[in-house]
Amino acid sequence: MSEQPRRRARGFLERWLVFAGAVVVWEIVTRISDSVFFPPPSKIAQFCAELWFVAEPTQLFLADTVYEDILPSLARALGGWLITAVVGISLGLALGRSRIAYEYLNPLVTFLRSVPPPALIPVFMVAFGIGTEMQIATIVFGALWPVLLNSVDGARSVDRVKTDTARSFRISRAEWIRMVVFPAALPKIFAGLRTSLAISLILMVMSELVSSNHGIGYRIQLSQNTFSFDTMWAWLVLLGALGYLLNNALLALERRMLGWQPKREAAPATAKAGG
Amino acid sequence: MRSALRGAIGVAGFLLLWEAAGHAGFAPQNLFPPVSMVFARLGELLATEEFLREIIATVLAWLIALALATGIAVPLGLLLGSYPAVRRATKVLVEFIRPVPPVALIPLLIVLIGNGPETKISLAVFGALWPILFNTIYALDELEPMYVETARSFGLGRGAIMARVALPNALPFIFTGVRISASISLILVISVELRGGGTAGIGYWMLGVSQGIRQMDLVLAGTVVAGVIGLLSNYGLEWLQRRLFGWNEIAQEAR
Repeated sequence: MSEQPRRRARGFLERWLVFAGAVVVWEIVTRISDSVFFPPPSKIAQFCAELWFVAEPTQLFLADTVYEDILPSLARALGGWLITAVVGISLGLALGRSRIAYEYLNPLVTFLRSVPPPALIPVFMVAFGIGTEMQIATIVFGALWPVLLNSVDGARSVDRVKTDTARSFRISRAEWIRMVVFPAALPKIFAGLRTSLAISLILMVMSELVSSNHGIGYRIQLSQNTFSFDTMWAWLVLLGALGYLLNNALLALERRMLGWQPKREAAPATAKAGG
Repeated sequence: MRSALRGAIGVAGFLLLWEAAGHAGFAPQNLFPPVSMVFARLGELLATEEFLREIIATVLAWLIALALATGIAVPLGLLLGSYPAVRRATKVLVEFIRPVPPVALIPLLIVLIGNGPETKISLAVFGALWPILFNTIYALDELEPMYVETARSFGLGRGAIMARVALPNALPFIFTGVRISASISLILVISVELRGGGTAGIGYWMLGVSQGIRQMDLVLAGTVVAGVIGLLSNYGLEWLQRRLFGWNEIAQEAR
């Protein structure tokens, strides 16, 4: 029993050692090359501190930009992702349990999900103008497909014994969906949710880069216009950290919720995290 | 047969609904054009040389990027995958690099490389590297030790084992990586075009028509083209995978 925690601790240590080593190499290389485009990590860290923290207790020591750029960006990405989750899971479970509905919609879905999501930005820009609606619409449209398709797959994976058992107990339709189909589909749904989360962050940045007046993507664009590359790198590091944290938070949730599964399906070797 | 018919009915129903909604006057037609108008516009566009040039610019940049990414990632993956320690270290590093959305690098790349097609190709290569690299490494991870030992007992050296046992065994897996990368790189090429990196391409064109007077019919015509490129690439690569690796179970599993 003590084998697993020990192995996990070793993995943890190894991971951060490699990371620290990479940062040191990065520091040395950037110091030697002395390029304005690639500041050393120590300088980036210093910029991060200056950008986001202030000595102001009433603001919880966070600078204005945290409230005006970071939180709105996060709210859009997560809000869009939540809409995606609700729509994708419910529609996916329905399509997964109804062969006929699936056959009617399959070609349409195949085409819609083939449209590269950024190509929708001009469409929503014309429809909604610049702002949150356009960004949410872009995120929902682009991030919907992994959740939807994985939910369809998951709902189909309910095995015969469960179907027959449920039928012989004559449980209601709502109970059937909630207590049999949904739990059976959950591992697949989570895999889809993680891919969608990554896509939501990407499209959040992309839609802000193309048109917005605040947000993380806007700040990156602004630092290009003013040639302040230290600031740009600070925002890039923030994006990486946010993506890493959110993905791990979702993984932790997944482990909690799927702990009961006798044999967890291994995560796909390469998640389809686009763009 | 039945399912194909139902699918066709589904598409037809969608188009009819769209057409009817476009005529019903919920919104002005320059904002919400009926589908017939979009296709009429698309027909006109496809007859013009400039529009075809935009399509070619996008497709060409995408194909070049995919070829470059494959050419870099497969040998690199074979190299990294052969050493367990390097393999583990790479996995960790990628875990930290990956959460940074490649699209966020567009402003930096535009300053560094400029506005030419190199910018979108570079970013697409960068984004497309990872799935191919990873699938190559993972495929080596899952190589049956008995194959290697058999080959060794026949007197094959390290290089020969790599070329004649490991690589063929990994190919279907690598190809799945290429398929994932194909959609990623298409997304990135169009993203860079949308962000004004590059002066040609379907994304660049769409950005142009979406500004100024709102011409939704033109924008949607561009979207349809982008969707068709995406669809053709998905189907084309799927078909190629079935043809090349029909013998392999991964190929049948991966849809």
